[in-house]
Amino acid sequence: MVETEVRKTPRATTVPAVSDRDARVIVIKPAPRWPHLDVAELWHYRELLGRLVWRDVMVRYKQTSIGIVWAIIQPLLTMVVFSLVFGKFGNFPSKGVPYQIFTFSALLPWTFFAAGVALSSTSLVTNSGLVTKVYFPRVLLPLAAVTVPIADFFPAFIVLVGLMAYFSIWPSVALVLAPLFLIMAAVAALGVGLFLSALNARYRDVPYAVPFLIQIWFYLSGVVYAVSALPEKWQWVLALNPMTAVINGFQWGVLNTAAPDLGKTAVSVAATAVFFVVGLWYFRRTEPRFADTI
Amino acid sequence: MAAAAVSSEGLSKRYRIGALHGAYGTLRDSLATAARRALHHEHRPHYEEIWALRDVSFDVQQGEVLGVIGRNGAGKSTLLKILTRITTPSAGSATIRGRVGSLLEVGTGFHPELTGRENVFLNGSLLGMKRREIIRKFPEIVEFAGVEKFIDTPVKRYSSGMSVRLAFAVAAYLEPEILLVDEVLAVGDAEFQRRSLGRMEHLSQSGRTVLFVSHNMQAVAQLCDRALLLDGGRIVNDGPSAEIVAEYLQAGHGSSSSRAWGALDDAPGDELVRLRSARVLQEGAVAGSVDVRKPVGIEIVFTVLHEGEPVFPKIKVFDRQGDVAFNALDTSARWQEPTTPGEYVSIAWIPGNLLNEGLMSVDVAICSLDGTKFHHRAAQADALSFHVHDPGLGDSARGQYTGQVRGVVRPLLEWTAEER
Repeated sequence: MVETEVRKTPRATTVPAVSDRDARVIVIKPAPRWPHLDVAELWHYRELLGRLVWRDVMVRYKQTSIGIVWAIIQPLLTMVVFSLVFGKFGNFPSKGVPYQIFTFSALLPWTFFAAGVALSSTSLVTNSGLVTKVYFPRVLLPLAAVTVPIADFFPAFIVLVGLMAYFSIWPSVALVLAPLFLIMAAVAALGVGLFLSALNARYRDVPYAVPFLIQIWFYLSGVVYAVSALPEKWQWVLALNPMTAVINGFQWGVLNTAAPDLGKTAVSVAATAVFFVVGLWYFRRTEPRFADTI
Repeated sequence: MAAAAVSSEGLSKRYRIGALHGAYGTLRDSLATAARRALHHEHRPHYEEIWALRDVSFDVQQGEVLGVIGRNGAGKSTLLKILTRITTPSAGSATIRGRVGSLLEVGTGFHPELTGRENVFLNGSLLGMKRREIIRKFPEIVEFAGVEKFIDTPVKRYSSGMSVRLAFAVAAYLEPEILLVDEVLAVGDAEFQRRSLGRMEHLSQSGRTVLFVSHNMQAVAQLCDRALLLDGGRIVNDGPSAEIVAEYLQAGHGSSSSRAWGALDDAPGDELVRLRSARVLQEGAVAGSVDVRKPVGIEIVFTVLHEGEPVFPKIKVFDRQGDVAFNALDTSARWQEPTTPGEYVSIAWIPGNLLNEGLMSVDVAICSLDGTKFHHRAAQADALSFHVHDPGLGDSARGQYTGQVRGVVRPLLEWTAEER
């Protein structure tokens, strides 16, 4: 039956020395009823997270012919349109700064958030080839997806600096807090993305719902109008949307506008935490079935 | 004795058929079901359940090379998916001691837009390698894959063989303590298969544990010490690989570039003619992987038991999708006359530059003509299989083209052209 010569050399008796760092005992068991997040494992896979982010950024710039220019053109043209429609004809409130720079400075954190939600919500399905073939903490996929838009944020930020110079606007000391507000936007996007990506692994309706969701969210975030100009009652309601605090906080830093209200910001932070915990819980709970249902 | 590298206890995996269909279900369906249940107090719908894996227990000692064989759907892939933690078991547990490297279909995570170099780093970190580890092994990986010239070319311009070689090289140089492999040897040319087997042998000889799931019976028999035979999700046989493989092939399963039927009475056939053996040949040797440019011989050895009506050998070649590439029968005068008892060796030569690349399988038969129909006296479906590869030297029907060529056949035609 078997033609090939069977030749088995005697095996070396010594097992190669393996460093303790790599020696791991893995126990495979049915999925637990109550999921938890294995932070030590995430740390172990940190290089892969970086590699996934790097891959998506590389691929984006390779697939597009003008690459990085898109990151500048998109918010710039949107700003021009908004300034005409909402600023000039609509006369929307803009915190006492020129409408152009008001809306552009809001567009930056908003685009970062919206791209994070859009990318992370499809991250599992887009990478289904990986999900069904190789093990790694699945959380890395939506996590990488909310990190990728930072690559578009920086070029647009340089344009913002140019606009600030043009309108002679100086940032305030609160600029040092801007990264924190961006992290808050990323955490909120991750919470939403975790939930939607897990849902998308099972139901393919999600990609149809996401643009709609983002559109409505946009109008509730104060990108084209100043939330502070609304009646007090509504400001509290909108505080449940983390992006109102993110945009207020970001503008406080870059445009030196009024400091955001501490109470409303606290509400937004709490809402962010709820989004994140609920999203993570649902994701971890459905995770054992991803490879079977995707 | 040290603890087993892999020990599995009662591993089981249950799929709900309903849930499988629900994989692409819409949200509306689920909401509607939930609403119906709430309104009418219906119970949970009954799903049909299948056990893809049932109560599978085994130990693999450190340094042991274990083959897992079985028909499609026997549970081989499910077992590997559980051991690589891609999916979770429904019951049972498994303990793995050591760093695991897995090879579930090579090229996992290769991105076509990225270059070979970039993909090595991406793939390496997916397999759990650290950056400095990849940097250290990079020259070896590239050399093993033989893609030095194209390392900075996007992988989308690679031939399938090139990307497979590169992917295998990354995984092979991961140097895990436990390597889980699924069907890599079905791809690539003979030279690469030889090197891959060599690499796996090297890994096992240096004390690594290997779990090897394959349809390639020769590779299992050659490479593994021990084999598990799965059927219907259960282990039905466990023992030395040569014995298990022989029994499996004997039972008419598996595919190989060479097979033989033992006892004459058990061999496929009737009172007139019996099959004895079948082999795929190229350049005078049995070949599991053949060069597309050179002729391939399908050898059938059969025994005619007594004088009788004329019989003739016939082959039917299928491609991987199961489409019939062609049927062929020996029409020579020798088979027009009544047969005389004895053992016959018949070889059908498939010309070079006819088949397309990929896995081919062959049905062999000894037939007689029953009016206008073939009467299959001795037949074996899926008797042989072999892999057709293109060395990519530019002298095949491919020319300099490296992409996918569609079609069951890929003949090298004679073209004429003139300037008008």
